[in-house]
Amino acid sequence: MSSELLKQVMSTAAALFLLTSFAMLAQRHMKALLRWLAIQGGLLAVTSALVAFGAEFPELYVSAILALILKGILIPWVLWKIIIHLGVHREVEPLVNIFATLLIGAGLVLFSFYVSLPIAEQSVLLTSNIIAIGLACVLISMLIMITRSKAITMVVGYLAMENALFFMAVSATYGIPLVVEIGVAFDVLIAGLIFSLFFFQIRKTFDSLNLKDMEIKQ
Amino acid sequence: MNLWICNILESIFLIGLAPLGGMALKKMKARLQNRRGPGFFQSYRDIAKLFSKEPILPNQASWIFRLAPYVIFIVTALAVLIVPVVLIPLPLSAAADVITLVGLLSIARFFTALGAMDTGTAFGGMGSSREMTLSALAEPAMLMGVFVLSMAAQSTDLSTMVAVMLKGNLGLQPSLVFALAAMLIVATAETGRIPVDNPATHLELTMVHEAMILEYSGRYLALIEWANQIKLLLFATLIINLFFPWGIAIEVSGASLLVGVMAWILKLLTLFGLLALMETTMAKMRIFRVPEVLGLAFLLAILGMLTHYILEVSV
Repeated sequence: MSSELLKQVMSTAAALFLLTSFAMLAQRHMKALLRWLAIQGGLLAVTSALVAFGAEFPELYVSAILALILKGILIPWVLWKIIIHLGVHREVEPLVNIFATLLIGAGLVLFSFYVSLPIAEQSVLLTSNIIAIGLACVLISMLIMITRSKAITMVVGYLAMENALFFMAVSATYGIPLVVEIGVAFDVLIAGLIFSLFFFQIRKTFDSLNLKDMEIKQ
Repeated sequence: MNLWICNILESIFLIGLAPLGGMALKKMKARLQNRRGPGFFQSYRDIAKLFSKEPILPNQASWIFRLAPYVIFIVTALAVLIVPVVLIPLPLSAAADVITLVGLLSIARFFTALGAMDTGTAFGGMGSSREMTLSALAEPAMLMGVFVLSMAAQSTDLSTMVAVMLKGNLGLQPSLVFALAAMLIVATAETGRIPVDNPATHLELTMVHEAMILEYSGRYLALIEWANQIKLLLFATLIINLFFPWGIAIEVSGASLLVGVMAWILKLLTLFGLLALMETTMAKMRIFRVPEVLGLAFLLAILGMLTHYILEVSV
């Protein structure tokens, strides 16, 4: 694969990644939110595989498979089961109007582009301009966590942030060492399981997963 | 001179084919819903019938009510003249670019709303208020979507844009994907197709376009219906030629024009097939959801611009 083609494929993957972030930001339904999370995980796997192929980094194939199994299938599936079990698979209630959130998201993209300009100038890698997109996705995931009022949506935002960081690592530095990556991947899985335990505990204590009900009444 | 003849023939071809195009879409939809659907030439028969009927004017109608259908039809036909259909070079391309096109379409919309409000009925006012609300959101989204392409082509002139896209040395550009998504959403809103407006209903409280033309009859109705079919074909042609320009004729010669026409028809049928599939599988949106979707189209266009700067223009 020529470097020019690799660059274009990576750009497209980055753009699609950004799109999935925005789709999660715009989503009202729990089911669709999780579906976009799964798509994002799948996209991550595809991107890793492409970089592995283009830059001849065979280790990245392993992380691609890990990403596909954990982030594309397992974690969304576990979350979906929990949601069904808890009976909270209804509409997500955003704290801010969705269109306003989307505009803030566009602003964040602009901001991260501005911030990462000097980094992109220093970098010698083909995929240097993807740093801005990765940073934007991290910020958008934080926005998802901030603007939603349910614990589950916040966890989805957290997982999206992890995806974005992984994406940035793969595209900006051709991935992190495999040992670290496997460790992180299993950490995330364990985190997902702990979160699910937390969900049950939160519900047992507060009778709801809504943040408003968790505040201490003065 | 040759170019002028070609351009005018091309426009007449598209305007003449517009009712057939609308009917082809209806037929595909009917097939998908296990119906036979009307005959292919039914819309021509409808238009001929409406032209031969005596138009009935409401009591309070002023000259605006009578003028509006002619303005709508002429402006839409003019818009066809400045869009490349099967041939890239346009004699008018120096005078009218894509911003003119959006302007012409908004003149047509403005007169539709004026004609609807002229009679003072509740339906007309409601329809035009909705149409104006939606178009205020759809128009900037459309302009932004087209501007993404203009930035890649470094021109707002439609012929140049199509020519640059055809050359295809742009490679795989993610910004174009965003622009295409935005344009598809805007096109469904602007032509009043199903997730936004239902073209097949006449008596539904949520109708938008049909509510505006409820008072029209006879030749006025025929002109408006025809203009609407032209508009559908125009938007389809615009999307086809801007994003998938393969096969379009570059210069005036018999063979390349023939290839251009064939490619255009093929791509048009594909696009209509997808549209029919979408209309069959989707339900109409709540009217209060529509601004959100159009906002999404606007955002997609902005994202297209941003990714164009971040990913494609080398820093």
